[in-house]
Amino acid sequence: MGAEKKKIKLPVFLTKPRYRSRVASFSIILAGWLILEIMMHTGNLSSLFTSLLVPVCCYIVAAIGLNLNVGISGELNLGQACFMSVGAFTAVCLSGSMAGSVSSPLLRLILAMVAGAVAAAFFGLIIGIPVLKLEGDYLAIVTLAFGQIIKSLITNMYLGFDAAGFHFSFVDNKVELQPGGKMLLNGPMGATGTERISTFSAGVVLILISLIVVFHLMYSRSGRAIMAARDNRIAAESVGIEIFRTKMLAFIVSSCLAGAAGALYGLNYSTLVPAKFDFNTSILLLVYVVLGGLGNMTGTIIATVVLVLLPELLRSMQDYRMLIYAIVLILIMLLTNNETIRTWTMRITRKLRRQTNG
Amino acid sequence: MKKEGMFKKALSMALAAAMTVSLAACGSAPAAQGGSGASAGAIKIGASGPLTGPAAVYGNAVKAAAEMAVEEINAKGGLQFALDFEDDTHDAEKAVTAYGVLKDWGMQVSLATVTSAPGAAVAPMYKDDHIFAITPSGSSLAIIYADPDNAANPYGNVFQMCFTDPNQGVASADYLKVHTELGTKIAVIYKNDDNYSSGIFAKFKSQADANGLEIVYEGTFDDSNASDFTVQLKKAQDAGADLLFLPIYYDPASLILTQANQMGYAPTVFGVDGMDGILTLEGFDTSLAEGVYLLTPFSADATDDLTKNFTANYQAKMSDIPNQFAADAYDCVYAIAQACEAAGVTADMSASEICDKLVGQFSSMTFNGLTGQNVTWSGSGEVSKSPKAVVIKNGVYVGVEG
Repeated sequence: MGAEKKKIKLPVFLTKPRYRSRVASFSIILAGWLILEIMMHTGNLSSLFTSLLVPVCCYIVAAIGLNLNVGISGELNLGQACFMSVGAFTAVCLSGSMAGSVSSPLLRLILAMVAGAVAAAFFGLIIGIPVLKLEGDYLAIVTLAFGQIIKSLITNMYLGFDAAGFHFSFVDNKVELQPGGKMLLNGPMGATGTERISTFSAGVVLILISLIVVFHLMYSRSGRAIMAARDNRIAAESVGIEIFRTKMLAFIVSSCLAGAAGALYGLNYSTLVPAKFDFNTSILLLVYVVLGGLGNMTGTIIATVVLVLLPELLRSMQDYRMLIYAIVLILIMLLTNNETIRTWTMRITRKLRRQTNG
Repeated sequence: MKKEGMFKKALSMALAAAMTVSLAACGSAPAAQGGSGASAGAIKIGASGPLTGPAAVYGNAVKAAAEMAVEEINAKGGLQFALDFEDDTHDAEKAVTAYGVLKDWGMQVSLATVTSAPGAAVAPMYKDDHIFAITPSGSSLAIIYADPDNAANPYGNVFQMCFTDPNQGVASADYLKVHTELGTKIAVIYKNDDNYSSGIFAKFKSQADANGLEIVYEGTFDDSNASDFTVQLKKAQDAGADLLFLPIYYDPASLILTQANQMGYAPTVFGVDGMDGILTLEGFDTSLAEGVYLLTPFSADATDDLTKNFTANYQAKMSDIPNQFAADAYDCVYAIAQACEAAGVTADMSASEICDKLVGQFSSMTFNGLTGQNVTWSGSGEVSKSPKAVVIKNGVYVGVEG
C-alpha cells in the first residue's frame, strides 16, 4: 500500500506550500459558487440568503484588500471603508449617467466597477503620500482621519445630470435640473433611484480576480520586498529596498480592490447614503481580517462569510441578537489564540500533510 | 503560574458559554410568542425598522404601536393579523436582508420600513415581488417614486401614512398665507446639511413666493455650529421679522428659543413636526415654548376618545408618551385592516392577490384615524390629510381652530 502511494505523483500545486493556500482559496470560492448557483436555480435558496450574496462578495474583496495592507504590508489601516465609498459613489454616478447611452447592464456594471476601482486607487495614491511617511499608531490615526474627511466631502456634494450635462455644487445645493434630470449625488441623502445591476456572478469573478492579484503580488519580487519592509524596516532599507514605494504599491492595490468592492456594493442597492461607509464599516472589515488571520486570505474569506451571516442567523434571538454576536466574537478570538487548541490543530494538519506527501 | 492562567482562561470561557446558552434560552421565549401570533388564518404583516442603533427610538415606537393595533384588532374577532417586526438598524443593507427574512416568513402585507433610506432601498423590491406596503413614517419621496427627483414613476403599491417632507413646507406656507395674524415678515433659520430641514425649506420658499409671503431673512446653520444662534437671531431682529419659521428638529429649536429670550426678541415661532418633542426635552424651560405654533398630524394631548385611549394604552405598555411615529404606525395597521375587510381579503390569498385588492382600496377609500380625519391617498401612494396646527399653552398642545 505504502509503495503504491509513493508512486502517485501529486501535482505541484498540492505539495508546495506557496501554492497550497492559493488552491484552498480558489476551491472554496468555486465550490461555494457552484453550490449556491445550483441552489438558486432549483429554488432552494431562501430570500434571506439570496439578499446576502452580493454584499458578502463585496465585503470579502474589501477584506482581502485590507489584509494585503494590514497582514502583508503591516500597516494598520482604519480607513478602508472610505475607499469603498469612493468606488461606490463613482460607480453609482457613472452608471446613473450612462443609463441612457449604454443599454447593456453587464457592460455598465463592468465599466462602473473599473471606474470605481480606478477612482479609489487614485485616492489611495493621494492619501498614501502623507500616510505612508508615518509609522504604527500615527499611520492608523491618519487613515482614520482621511476616512472621516472623505465621508464629509461626499456628504456635502451635489451632482445632477440632465440633457445639458453634469451640474455640480458643494455644501449648498444649487443644482437646478431640467425636467427629466436626475440627482446622482444628493448631499446627505446620497444616491437614490439607482438601477440595481450587480449580480452574484460578478461578485464571484471579482473575488477571483482579487485573489489572483493579491497572490501574484505576495509571491512576486515586490511582494517579498513588501514583507521585508514589514519585518525589518532598517534591514530592508540597507539592502536597497525603497520602503515608501513598496508600501505604496500595497496601499494602492488595497484601495483599488476596496473601490471595486464598493462599486459592486453601490450598484446592488437602489439607495446609498455616505454615512454607510463610516468608521464602523472600516472596523468591521478589520475584524474580518484579524479573525481570519493576518496575511491569510482563505481565513479572511471564511471569517467574512461567517461574521456577515452570524447576525442574520441569530435573528430568532430577537433582542439578544447583538449581545450573542459579541460573545461569539470574543469566543472565537479566545479559541483561535488558545495554545492547546492551536497545537492540536497544528498536529492534525501536520498529520494530514504527511499522509498526502506519502 | 501557567496552570493557573490556563484554568482562568478555561473558567472564563465556560462562563461565557454558559451565558450564551442561558441567553439563548431567554431569547427563545419572545420568539415563540411571535410564532404563536402567526396562527393559521392570520394575515401576515411584515415590517422592519431600527430596533437598535441611534435611530432605535423611532423603530421601537412604531413596533410597540403596531403590536398594540394588531392585538386590538385580533381581540375583536373577525380578520386576524400576525406581525413580524425585524431590525434593520436604519441601514439600507440590513433592510434588504430583513426584507428577505420577512419574505421567507411568508409576509402578505407590509409596513415597509420606519426610516427613509432603508425604505428607498426596499421599495423597488416590494414592486418587483408585488407585495402591498404602506410606510408609517418614511417621509422621503424615494420610497414611493422610482424617479424621486421628478416625482415620477410611482411604484404604485407602496403607500405613505406620513406627509412627505416637501408637503410640510407647502402646508406651512399655505397656513401662514391664511393666518396673517401670526406675522407677515418671516425669518427662517434652517439646517443646511440636513436633508429633512433643507427639503422643507426649499418647498416652503417656493410656495411662499407663490403665496406672496414676505421672507425678510434666511439663516442657516450646520452640525458644526448648532449651538450658537445669536448671529442669526440678531439679523432676523434687525430685518424686522415678527414671525420665525423653524423647519428643524426640537434640539436646536430649544436653543434658539432660549437665546431669543435672552436677547429679548419675541417673534411668533412656527415649527413643523420636528418640533414635536420639545416639551419633553430634558433641561429645557418649557415656559419658553409658550405660544410656539407647530404643524403636526398628531398630538398626544388631544381630547378625542381615540387619542385618549391610544395614549393611555401606549403609556401602559411603554411607559412613555407616544410620538407621531407611533400614531402613524397605529393608523397604518388600522388602515390595512379596514382595506382588507372592505376588499374581502382572507389569509389564504397570495401576497400578489392581496396587493391588487389593497391598491384598489387605498386609492379610493377614506380613513379616519389618530393622525387625521378623512385621510385619502393618491394613486401614486402619497397621503392627503390636513396637518393640525397646535399652539403650546401652559405646557400642553392646544389645537388651533381653522
